[in-house]
Formats: sequence, structure tokens, C-alpha cells
Amino acid sequence: MEVELRNITKRFGDLVANDEVSLTIQPGKILGLLGENGAGKTTMMNVLYGLYSADGGEIFVDGKPASFASPKDAIAAGIGMVHQHFMLVPVFTVAENVVLGVEPTGALDRLDLKRAREQVRDIGAEYGLEVDPDALIEDIPVGLQQRVEIIKTLFRSAEIVIFDEPTAVLTPQEVKEFFQIVRSLRDAGKGIVFITHKLGEIIELTDHVKVLRGGRVVGEGDPKIMSQVELAELMVGRPVDLVVDKVAANPGKAILEVSGLKVLGEGGDVAVDNVDFDVRAGEIVGIAGVQGNGQTELIEAITGLRSVADGSISFEGEDITHHSPRQVHALRIAHIPEDRQRSGIISDFSIAENMALDSYYEDRYGRGVTLSWPQINAQSAKDVFEFDVRTPTIFNAASTLSGGNQQKLVAARELSREIKLIIASQPTRGIDVGSIEYIHQRIVAARDAGVGALIVSTELDEIMALSDRILVMYRGRIVKEFAGGGSDVTEIGMAMAGVAQ
Amino acid sequence: MTDSQTGVGSAKKYSVSELLTNPNEVDLKTLLLLPAMAFMTALFLGGVIMFVSGVDFTNIAFSYRALLVGSVGSVFALSETLVAAAPLIIAGLSVAIGFRSGLFNIGAEGQILTGGMAALAVGFSFPELSIWVHLPLSLLAGAIVGAVWGGIAGWLRAVTGAHEVISTIMLNFIALRLVDFSLKTDFFQKTGRNDPISKSVLDSALLPDLLTWIDPQLRVNAGILIAFLVVFLIGWLLFRTTIGFEFRAVGANPDAARYAGIRIGWTFTATMAVAGALGGLTGGVQVLGVLERASPGFSSGIGFEAIAVALLGRAHPTGVLFAGLLFGALEAGGRQMQVDTNVGIDLITIIQSLVIVFVAAPILIKSLYPFAFREHAK
Repeated sequence: MEVELRNITKRFGDLVANDEVSLTIQPGKILGLLGENGAGKTTMMNVLYGLYSADGGEIFVDGKPASFASPKDAIAAGIGMVHQHFMLVPVFTVAENVVLGVEPTGALDRLDLKRAREQVRDIGAEYGLEVDPDALIEDIPVGLQQRVEIIKTLFRSAEIVIFDEPTAVLTPQEVKEFFQIVRSLRDAGKGIVFITHKLGEIIELTDHVKVLRGGRVVGEGDPKIMSQVELAELMVGRPVDLVVDKVAANPGKAILEVSGLKVLGEGGDVAVDNVDFDVRAGEIVGIAGVQGNGQTELIEAITGLRSVADGSISFEGEDITHHSPRQVHALRIAHIPEDRQRSGIISDFSIAENMALDSYYEDRYGRGVTLSWPQINAQSAKDVFEFDVRTPTIFNAASTLSGGNQQKLVAARELSREIKLIIASQPTRGIDVGSIEYIHQRIVAARDAGVGALIVSTELDEIMALSDRILVMYRGRIVKEFAGGGSDVTEIGMAMAGVAQ
Repeated sequence: MTDSQTGVGSAKKYSVSELLTNPNEVDLKTLLLLPAMAFMTALFLGGVIMFVSGVDFTNIAFSYRALLVGSVGSVFALSETLVAAAPLIIAGLSVAIGFRSGLFNIGAEGQILTGGMAALAVGFSFPELSIWVHLPLSLLAGAIVGAVWGGIAGWLRAVTGAHEVISTIMLNFIALRLVDFSLKTDFFQKTGRNDPISKSVLDSALLPDLLTWIDPQLRVNAGILIAFLVVFLIGWLLFRTTIGFEFRAVGANPDAARYAGIRIGWTFTATMAVAGALGGLTGGVQVLGVLERASPGFSSGIGFEAIAVALLGRAHPTGVLFAGLLFGALEAGGRQMQVDTNVGIDLITIIQSLVIVFVAAPILIKSLYPFAFREHAK
């Protein structure tokens, strides 16, 4: 089945998300859609999947005009989509999830789970997607959950499968297996659309690439003959530096010392298990690991947001194990939280209010309980300018900023004052290459000025690029330590998957 | 570095002085436009309802004329409007400040009752005091007891996670029965009476009437001045102090507030204490200004109307001021309407409810009057 999208235009108010974009999905081919967040990749596919109706343009299936009013129509036409966030019921089994909505039934409309299980096994055998049909979704790892999503589309006889940023949640090993699955789907004659902002994946996997920027196609070609630098330039619209420029670290004495740390997770389980490490002044320590291996709890414990069950944390010799977030802040420790939307900014607050969010009570911003807005505003404007947060005025709500600018706002708030230690979780998640570059440079500049940094990221590339020392976290423990530059990615990947133990 | 470069697709870089120019200074219009449109629509639908229930056009016109005359048509009407508006404004702010912290204070009614009783107790005791001491002391007693009453709900939320909607409703029932009980005690009950009527407030604790020098019938008293003062104070608290900043931060995004080092539990307790203080003050203003004594259920639903006032005023002090005045006018005008025509005061409740429905569903109003909102759709 061949699907052609011709001159698709989609507007949201004044914003043109897709501007006359055309593309063709061919059977037995993997089409890569490359672009930064907000370039219009997902919008385009949501139009095809029937989630949005286009403001202009046409869709052709095998040369015949088609229109999809809802995902139901798209699925019926043989289009399947594997979303970034999985749409699975955690307490149902694999087989139950696969057949949900199109259940095979026996006499008197009885649910025929036996047949469902068989069908799941058949599909698994055919495409190399082995999953136990009776396992509960909540018990299986993310990589397998993704397989279930793929099986779901195949169960609904999809001829076209769309993957939206599929590798974000996978370990390097899982990514390898996943690529194998995608190739086997292609070889079986399926048409594949692969949405990503990762250059390496485009080059490794796809047969043809379309680069989107600002809602338009700005380039396309055969990824086998295009270089990373070329693709990055197309994606960003200007020359970019793919490596972080930094000189060798010059670490001083240890400032943050964590020993025997044990922290409980939300459900009372042990999330951080007997962790020891230190961060020295003037070095960047990166914590690599697949999401959900205790990194969040570790950071929350250090920053005073979560209570410590056992062990100790000290900063410059002072015991801070049971400090409140405000006490930690007062020690000149900056914290860039992992989820800017949820805990980094208040989107209804103005940019100036957000800039003062964790320092509004300080003497420089007023006397007693009164706030001095002129002072807050002046300082905010200065920092917003300095940190290149793009906005017409600091009185606009933070929600008017793009993701990259919101993240720069958080960075500006945390890094503009005098600091001794940076704690950053996912400092560049989901933002544009330009902003990533900028935030990385800021962190490295702080390091060069003698500030210590502890960076948590699930993007191994980011950890590799920034860190002077890499700690790998797996199931609440630090399982291995690597030197910064020149370590073997495969080895780190193995440690992330727990193989090193 | 890429500072000087403007990446394609990213916005222009503005200078520090440009960053400091505030284009959003005048938002009074956006604050008032929607409620005004909602009110007009509610009036129209009120007319439709009257028509459907058999009132002819002449009488509908006559009713609305009475509504207008009764609320703003004379000095007497204005006086009545202000008397009704004062407690609605203060109690409306009580609910509004809860909204600002993400709390739903349904307990204004109970806070009015407990605060009113406290103001009353101080108001009929201490016969030797001068008005300059006695009146403020009585009001203060009302505010403090109200703060404790409200604070209980905030504290329960902070420490045990008990939802404030449940606990304030229960506290309302407790307050209601506590008043009934108190009015039968020797301390409160008027000497020589068997029914639950309290002693009268001493003259030195009464809120002075403002316009009796023109006409002794004009009931408007210093309560409305207190309401204006409270509007100003709450505006200051919310937008010019660290406490208000914490309230608003917790209300807008508790997670981010916690990450910024704000203590959520403390903020919940403080918010409910301030809200309770306003509720208690409302009780004081009613008892010392209008009722001059207490009888069972003397709060007469002001605490619930306050929720509507806070919603209509969009939890903004200025908005609550106007909403309180509007509801006060409807109440005063409604009484006139009932006297002049055979249309019942129930219609006022219908109109008030419709206004709230329309304010709660802004899309409805915006689609009804697209021309009025077009210039704002920037």
C-alpha cells in the first residue's frame, strides 16, 4: 500500500504547523522524518492518522483520494501508529491489550482469549516480536511494551506503521533489537515512517529522509550519502557544532559527598540503594541510566525534596542529609529539575515571576514580606537577555515560550546567581539543538570557573559529551564508573542494561 | 558561541529595555468584559424565562425597571445596594484567596457564623469602652476566631490530606449548631427571653451609619468602607508580598512551588487562616453593622453567595469588588421588584445563577459575541 500526502497545510491559530508538506510512504521502505521539536513532524502524522483535519492538501491511498475523520478510519485503511507515550492498560495482559477494541469473540459474544493469545504468538513469530501473551503490561520492561504496541498495529492489519520518537525510552541494546524489528517489518513489505530528532538513527535505519523545519520540508535525500553535519544544518537552519567544546577538567577537592545513601521510592520500594560517590569542584559528573533506575529519587534526596532513609549527604563538609530545599538553595546549589513543565516553571506566571521563583524572599528583592517588583523585573530582564531567552517582554506568561526557551529560563534562574554546584536532570530534554548547545556551553563554562556539576540524563550522547566522569545507575545502584572522554559506548550501554553486574 | 546569531525559526532577541516594557498593563477590560457580557445574556434569558412563565412584555419591562430603580435609582437604593454588597465583597475575597492557592473554601458560611458570634460577644461585653477601642476590638475578635475556624481546615489538609471541601462543609454544620447552642446560653441569650435571640451589640461597638444625617432611613454603614479597605489589602497581599507570591505559586503549580522551596502545607494553612479571617470579618460586619444581634443562621447564605461572587470576579480583588457590587445591586433591586410587580425574587437567583454559568463557560459567551473579543485574540 502506498500513501501520498500532497501539500498538507495545518494551522493552529496563527501558527502554521505544516506548510504545504508533501511526502510519499512506499511499501518496503523506511521513510525518516527528521526535525526538531515543533518542526511539525508529529502534526503531519497526526493528520494522516485522523487525529487532526488538515486545512489544506490531499491524501491519496494507492492513487485514490482518501480522507480520515478519525483514527478509526485510518486504522481501517491500514495505517498504524506507535505513539511516543504508549497507550496500554497496565493491569491487562499482553493479549488483552492487543485485542482491546477488536476482540475476537465466540458464541454469545464471549471473549475468546485463547484465540487472541494464538494470534499474538503468530504475529510474534512472523516478525520476530516475541512476547509472552499472558504477561501483565506493568510487569514487562519498556522495550517489550513497545513490541506490544507494534503487535497492536499489526493485529489491526496495518500496512503502514508510523513510529513517533520510538527510541527515547529504550536502552542502547533495546534500540538495536528495535531496529532489527523495524527492518523485518520493512522486509515484510510494510511502509514505515520513522519520526526522530536523532541524526544517527536516520543514517543508520532509514531509506529516505525528509527534513522538516518550521513546518516546511527544507531538504530530503538518501541518508546513506548525506553526512550528519549536512543533516544537522538542514534541521537547525545554520551551521551547528555537534561536539561540546571543552578543555580537560581541572578538578579541585570534593564538594558533594554522598555515602551509603538509601532512598525510598513512591511506593515504599528501595529506589536508591547504598549509593556512594562524590563530585569535585570544577568537574562534571554524569549519571547515565535508563529512566526509572533511581536517578529521580537520588536527585530529589540531594536537593531536599525527598527524605533520606539511610546514609548521608554532605556539601563542603556540612551535613545536608536532612536539609530543606530552601536550605540547599541557600548553600549556592543550583537545581535544574527533570521536568520543566511540571516542576521547573509555573506556566501561568510571568517570566519575571518565574525568574524569582526560588529567590523572591531574598533581601535583594524586597524588605520583610513586601516584594520590590522594580528590582525583580530589572534583574529578570538582565538575566533573560544574558541567557538568550527569546521573548518580547518579561511580563508575558512563561507558557508563551517555546520548550527550549522555557528550559533556558530555568537555566537562567538557576545559573545566573553565584553558585558552587549545579544539579541538573535532563537539562536538554525535548529542546532544539540551538538551545541544547547553549545550555551545554553554560554548564561547561561554569565548570571551568570551578563549579561542580552533577548531570543526570537518559541521553547517552549528552552524558558522553558533557561528563568528565560517568557513573552508570541501574536498579538504584551505581554499577560502574567510566572516565569521561573516549569510553566505549557499548560498554556503558551494557552497564545501563545491568549486564556488567 | 551563537549569541549574536539569530537562528532561523527562533524569535528575535530583544534588548533589556524592550524586555522591561509591559504591554499587559491594562487588563481591567479583559477582567470585566466577560462578566459584563455574561450579565447581559443572563438578563435577556431571565426575560425569556419570565415570558415563558406567562409574564407579558409590559410586566417584564416593568420588572427590569424596578430592578434598576431599586438598585441604583435613588440615594436610598444605592444605600441598600452597598449594605448588601459589603459582606458579599469581603466573603467573596475569602473564597477568592482560597482559589488563588488552589483551595476551595466552601466554609465562608461557618466562618461568618463563628466570627460573627465572637464579634457579638466582644460587642455586647465591655460597656465602658470608647468606640475607637471597642469597635476595632470586636471586628478583630471576629477575624481571629474566623481565622482559627478556617485555619483548622487548612491545617487538616496540610497534615492529613483531608480535602478542604469536605472539612469546610462539616465545619459549616458544626458552626451552625454551635450558634444555636450558644444562643441558649446565659452568656449570649438576651435576658428575659426564651427564644434564641442574643443580647444586642452596645452602641460603642456598632459600625457607624454614614448617611443618616441626610435621612435616618439610609442604612449604609462603615461596613462598605471596610470592604473597600479589604479589597486594597488583599490586592496588596496577593501581588506585593512574599506571602501572596507563595499563595499564588502553590495555587498555579504546587510541584514547581515545592521545588522552589515553598512549604505547601504551611501555605495551605496560612491561606485558609487568611480566608477564615475574612469570613470572620464578614460575620463581624454583618453583626455590628446590620443585624446588631444574632439569631439562628444569621449568616443567611452569604458564605455561599460569596462563592459565586469570587467566581464572577475571577478571584481577582478588583473583580470581586465589582462582582460584589453587582450582586448587592441585584439583591436590593430584587426586593424592589417584588414589591412593585408580581415577579418573585426567585428571578434574581435565576439571573445570578445564569451569570455564573456563563462566566464558568467563557467559550459560550465568546462565541455569542465574537465581535467583542476579537481584538483580544492576539
